[in-house]
Amino acid sequence: MIDSLLLYLFAGSAVVAAALMLVLQHPMRVALALIATMMSLAGVYALLGVHVIAVFQVLIYVGAVMVFMVYAIMLLDVRDHSYTRRFSRLLVPGITALTIFLAIVAHGLWRQLPPPPSGRAGAVFSVVEFSKSFLSDYWLHFELVSVLLVAAVVAALAILKVGRRKRG
Amino acid sequence: MLVAVSFTLFALGLLGVIIRRNVLVMLMCMELMLNAVNLSFVAFSHQMASAAGAVLVFLVFVVATAEIAIAIPIVLLLVRNKRAMDIGAYADLKG
Repeated sequence: MIDSLLLYLFAGSAVVAAALMLVLQHPMRVALALIATMMSLAGVYALLGVHVIAVFQVLIYVGAVMVFMVYAIMLLDVRDHSYTRRFSRLLVPGITALTIFLAIVAHGLWRQLPPPPSGRAGAVFSVVEFSKSFLSDYWLHFELVSVLLVAAVVAALAILKVGRRKRG
Repeated sequence: MLVAVSFTLFALGLLGVIIRRNVLVMLMCMELMLNAVNLSFVAFSHQMASAAGAVLVFLVFVVATAEIAIAIPIVLLLVRNKRAMDIGAYADLKG
């Protein structure tokens, strides 16, 4: 009972914070709203029993990605007033399309989705099961992702080098 | 219910990329879209009681980190060149 209540609470706060992201003016406030969304999603994951993902959501997303983003915002505090408009010209068609899409989703939800197929639904798997599956079945993906990370680091260094050369 | 929340978050993120004009805000809305996809993965993984979805979410984390590590220097360079964070200032990048 209290679990489902908390689940609805976290899901609702995630959606509300995501909606706030669209209307806030300053990038720092948008970043704080995004952090609120991510923390709510971590709460949802923890309530679903996927504690590994909840922990890494907080550690990697909030702890690394968003801190990096906040640093970038502080670094790039450009006060230009030539473009004071917050929204682009696509505001009205975008919101219309969003409303239609949300109506379709609500309609599908109201018509009741089919129940999950197996009787095992809702089972909780632990860190042990996750790590065994991760490092025995998916080791190739793990290695590929490490290659991707190295490539990303090299690419970031190359980008910064190009910028430095241009400025002399 | 969680799949509907995930759809909604993804739509909000896409709308943010479309309607906002600040480059950093657009980047953050892309992060929101990634988070929405993660939520649907976790919801399906929970329904199927298999660890595959969780592993996929973990890989998405790494890809998102790599994406941010490349995107932030690009934005830094753009802002240094144009002295503006507005997407309209980069209109001359059109081919």
